[in-house]
Amino acid sequence: MAKQTPLYATHVRLGGKMVDFAGWDMPLHYGSQVEEHHHVRRDAGMFDVSHMLALDLDGAGAHDLLHKLIANNVDKLTVPGRALYSCMLNPQGGVIDDLIVYFFRPDFYRIVVNAGTADKDLAWISQHAGNVSVKPRRDLAMIAVQGPNARAKAWVALPGSQAASAELKPFHAAWFGDALIARTGYTGEDGFELMIPAERAEATWDALLAAGVEPAGLGARDTLRLEAGMSLYGQDIDEQTSPLEAGLAWTVDLAAPRNFIGKSVLAARRPEKQTFGLLLEDRGVLRAHQKVRTAQGEGEITSGSFSPTMNRSIALARLPAGVAAGDTVEVEIRDKRLKAMVVKPPFVRNGKVLV
Amino acid sequence: MNIPADLKYAQSHEWARLADDGLVTVGISDHAQEALGDIVYLELPQVGRKVKAGEECAVVESVKAASDIYAPIAGEVVAVNQAAADAPESVNQDAYAAWLFRLKPDNAADLDKLLDADAYAKVAAED
Repeated sequence: MAKQTPLYATHVRLGGKMVDFAGWDMPLHYGSQVEEHHHVRRDAGMFDVSHMLALDLDGAGAHDLLHKLIANNVDKLTVPGRALYSCMLNPQGGVIDDLIVYFFRPDFYRIVVNAGTADKDLAWISQHAGNVSVKPRRDLAMIAVQGPNARAKAWVALPGSQAASAELKPFHAAWFGDALIARTGYTGEDGFELMIPAERAEATWDALLAAGVEPAGLGARDTLRLEAGMSLYGQDIDEQTSPLEAGLAWTVDLAAPRNFIGKSVLAARRPEKQTFGLLLEDRGVLRAHQKVRTAQGEGEITSGSFSPTMNRSIALARLPAGVAAGDTVEVEIRDKRLKAMVVKPPFVRNGKVLV
Repeated sequence: MNIPADLKYAQSHEWARLADDGLVTVGISDHAQEALGDIVYLELPQVGRKVKAGEECAVVESVKAASDIYAPIAGEVVAVNQAAADAPESVNQDAYAAWLFRLKPDNAADLDKLLDADAYAKVAAED
């Protein structure tokens, strides 16, 4: 029996096509994934992301625990509510998960991890936690409201929330009563991620709906994040992937003297691969695991789909060192070899095509 | 579920219609287009290609996934629907108007081996 979020009945009521995702019964779309995608790029859409897990780290050692556990440096977080994207690595330098950590006090952080890795993450973090309390917050629902009009519509839906969140810069969060409003997301658009008590999830969703925010499913979430050049755990990154080869070097802090799990391996090994975007020049659709032929050797697509914003196929691909943006490569699709151009992601941000 | 009574269907969700000129038009069912979601690319067979019943001969790609299309009966491909290839979303809009290819059947009686609308409705319901 698949797990259900506090919004399961709401999705069914709205005609969501429910599918299994990492053991959760989630909406793939509510009619048209492409329309939902456009709605987020052009106006405002919302996603139920309650399948992801919030973990509260509470205790005097919380800062030191994160120093050890994640590849990005929580010392960058000095203002309460500040958020940071990071990988959590295994001792071999592979990615256990990618996550967002919110700082409130040196002895209190919240991290949000992927649904499919939540159990593994909880076990791993608890194993290293010492006296720090690690509390899974399954009592919370999470709704991502995304798009150029997302914030304005959220303020209409949640009276009083504007005062609490109008001044938030990207990657900052603020409390609004017992809800957390974070200016974060996974679409390349402006917006909020709301963490609210589960019992208020449906009322909040319906208020957003009444304010003109359209429901969007996992299908649109995937094409939006791909256009935004963001990694999907289990597809673009996994325990065998080095973040330095996955386009995530900007999230790995090798410079500071602190020692984090996986650091010594990353520091000692020269990356042999790199991650780029591909733009298909011919008709067709790029998909994960298709082989890419380059002048420097073979590579592989890690995520590929059709980009509704660009009306052509795009992909993220792991390619040999030496390949550069602007190169033309060949992708094997069934019995054909189709031409694609190597580009630097993101493809789309804030409604604009960048490549 | 829209399953016209005058068509024949394959287990693999193609429909087939025999016309007065003896040619068989093939497309995918409404159930199939709905399951695939937004269709963004059609790879159609070469005109002149001879296909066996059940042979892969086209690909329909939605945003979500690529799906093989099988020849419902044996024959020769005599036409493809370029208009549908140029506007793949037309298959979502009307799966029975946006046909994919036409076959000159080796034996038109092979159509009798396909499912009628009632039998296909059961297949689609269990899918």
